[in-house]
Amino acid sequence: MEVMVFLVPLALMLGLLGLAAFLWSLKSGQYEDLDGAAWRAISDDDQTPRPPAKEPA
Amino acid sequence: MLMTRDFSHYVKDVDPQTAHLDLAVEGVSCAGCMAKIERGLSAIPDVTLARVNLTDRRLAVEWKKGAVEPALFIDRLAELGYKAYPYEPVRAEVEETERSKFLLRCLGVAAFATMNVMMLSVPVWVGGDLSPEARDFFHWLSALVVLPCAAYAGQPFFQSAWRALKAKSVNMDVPITIGVVLALGMSLVETINHAEHTYFDAAIMLIAFLLAGRFLDQKMRQKTRAVAGNLAALKAETATKFVGPDEISEVPIAAVRAGDLVLLRPGERCAVDGSVVEGRSEIDQSLITGETLYVKAERGTQVYAGTLNISGTLRVRVSAASEGTLLAEITRLLDHALQARSRYVRLADRASQLYAPVVHATALLTVIGWVLAGASWHDAIVIGIAVLIITCPCALGLAIPAVQTVASGAMFRAGVLLNAGDAIERAAAVDTVVFDKTGTLTLPELDVVNGAGVPDEVFQLAGRLALASHHPVAAAVARAAQAKAPLPGVTEEPGRGVRALFEGEELRLGSPAFCGADAEANAILSADPEVSVVAFSRGDRHTVFAVRQLLRPDAARTIDALLNRGIAVELLSGDREPAVRHAADALGVSAWRAGVTPAEKIAHIEALKAQGRVVMMVGDGMNDAPSLAAAHVSMSPISATHLSQATADLVFLGKELAPVLAAIDYSRKAMAVMRENLTLAIGYNVLAVPIAIAGLATPLIAALAMSGSSILVMLNAMRARRVRLGGASWK
Repeated sequence: MEVMVFLVPLALMLGLLGLAAFLWSLKSGQYEDLDGAAWRAISDDDQTPRPPAKEPA
Repeated sequence: MLMTRDFSHYVKDVDPQTAHLDLAVEGVSCAGCMAKIERGLSAIPDVTLARVNLTDRRLAVEWKKGAVEPALFIDRLAELGYKAYPYEPVRAEVEETERSKFLLRCLGVAAFATMNVMMLSVPVWVGGDLSPEARDFFHWLSALVVLPCAAYAGQPFFQSAWRALKAKSVNMDVPITIGVVLALGMSLVETINHAEHTYFDAAIMLIAFLLAGRFLDQKMRQKTRAVAGNLAALKAETATKFVGPDEISEVPIAAVRAGDLVLLRPGERCAVDGSVVEGRSEIDQSLITGETLYVKAERGTQVYAGTLNISGTLRVRVSAASEGTLLAEITRLLDHALQARSRYVRLADRASQLYAPVVHATALLTVIGWVLAGASWHDAIVIGIAVLIITCPCALGLAIPAVQTVASGAMFRAGVLLNAGDAIERAAAVDTVVFDKTGTLTLPELDVVNGAGVPDEVFQLAGRLALASHHPVAAAVARAAQAKAPLPGVTEEPGRGVRALFEGEELRLGSPAFCGADAEANAILSADPEVSVVAFSRGDRHTVFAVRQLLRPDAARTIDALLNRGIAVELLSGDREPAVRHAADALGVSAWRAGVTPAEKIAHIEALKAQGRVVMMVGDGMNDAPSLAAAHVSMSPISATHLSQATADLVFLGKELAPVLAAIDYSRKAMAVMRENLTLAIGYNVLAVPIAIAGLATPLIAALAMSGSSILVMLNAMRARRVRLGGASWK
């Protein structure tokens, strides 16, 4: 049972890491165009443009 | 005259060196288009970014400031075969996007917490040789994870509940908030007291499921807005503005101010309200009044946005939108109708109005019952809160948004766009459809009606000659002949027609007098006073083309189908009687009225409503906007004026009238599935509540029941995708 004290926080850390990754991907506009992303993944063209910067003011 | 195109209004600055432009693009449908457009535009020197958004059918371009003229992008896209136009996201759309991002963030946090809390809850549920200390340890950890996450992810509900309470009303979010807060508070107290059961997992799971429903709801709204924004942009409403004494520039409407002078060429649609200061012409006001015959325009004539200029060039002084007498009248009626629109109570809201008192009463009675039965206050309150949790409207919160999402997707594929979230519910109840004629039952463009009797060769020549004219009637001849190659050396005689030399003979196309074909023209006109005529002569042989607005190809079929469904169909038009009679007879509509003013239209709809009818109004013109607002549910074709589109609950695309039927069918189906879902959700409660009242709802049972019912409702929602009609289903 002592191992729990170590393992449970570790598991939670990993979960938080996943959450942070999700929030970052949301912020950087990766959910803006899901249909397009699906096609880009299989297009032969490696010259995919970067997502546009944050909406200009 | 110099002519420039000025899109500077839409260009934004990303940083001092880079400019940014958003365009709406038509016809982007696959990865091929995406790559083609991106490669094509990136090839332009100094373009630093070209990225297509396939979901929204939009394109973002960035380039080195001052190096490229934005009009070049539009030309390049036209070469590639895509119509594009810059657009500016309206504030409403930006807000919807922000909101759905916020909901998605909350959903992410809630989902993270739900999953991790399950990991901590399972050992407690399994029990086995778990010592009380270890159980407390897991409970404290659950509290640590859930409390901050619930505080963040629950915001949408807390805020909305607070707003409702401040307005002294109750919405769905009030019982949700009370349930969640009580469950969390109780669980924390229980944890401190080393108790056996806590409901941290149930509370956060509830938030996660409800947020999924909210997010779907929001996503649908956002998609509708985005599509509407694109359509508005692609209408490419520009005006040709005088920027100097004889220098004109094509500018977006947004950049035109009252007092500006604009040029209106023959065949152009006016995009502003104003009065003519110079020039003579005929104008087509059908979009504004429904009247299909042309009106004379000269100095001092008022023109409105949507007016089509026919024969001469006009200079128009832009007035503020409120000055136009007709427009002011329509706006006044519109405001009135919008205020009078009895606030329709959405199904979900009606469910929640019933729901909150029932749930709270049940929970309270449970507590009192247990106390009377001799349980301790503590135990009674724990059981009472368990009742609140298990009845919490997880499935109920998903029941309706899930169906709406599925149904709106299906409608979208059938060519119907939703403008209002509750349009589905309102369209499902329709038993009377009132159509406007001009532009709704008829196609917006004119078409040649007597083309069959004209020799092919003559038709071709007339069509090629017609390409040189901007006159809408001539344009109809060119379209009908499918002419592609204009004739060389065409001269235009303003107000009369065009002529050219061809194989040594003179060809003329224009007014019957201009071609010496008065006799035939009069014969055609006396047979059918509704048509417009245009004559064509080659040497001394001449032909007269009769042109009119044709009914949509499937109008008769659609109206039959509506009648078969037991829906009454009526026709109300601002056009003159013979034209309306002709259309009504062709479509087999017996209830029709002609020459109706906007105010009369509203009065008629109100009268129908007073008879207890549920009216859908389908119209496109400025004169329809008030009655669109007055009807129970309203629909506009995509060719409609901005004002009507903004007032309509549904917008339909394409040449056909079938989407009107599709909208009603899908709505009815969706409504049926929504009712099933509500029944499922309530049925689940009927099963679960007795268990909770009996004090048997352990956190494990609560978790299973909640997730099970939510998944069931989601799966059932998928059935709204298909509509059976007479054996065939809509694609």
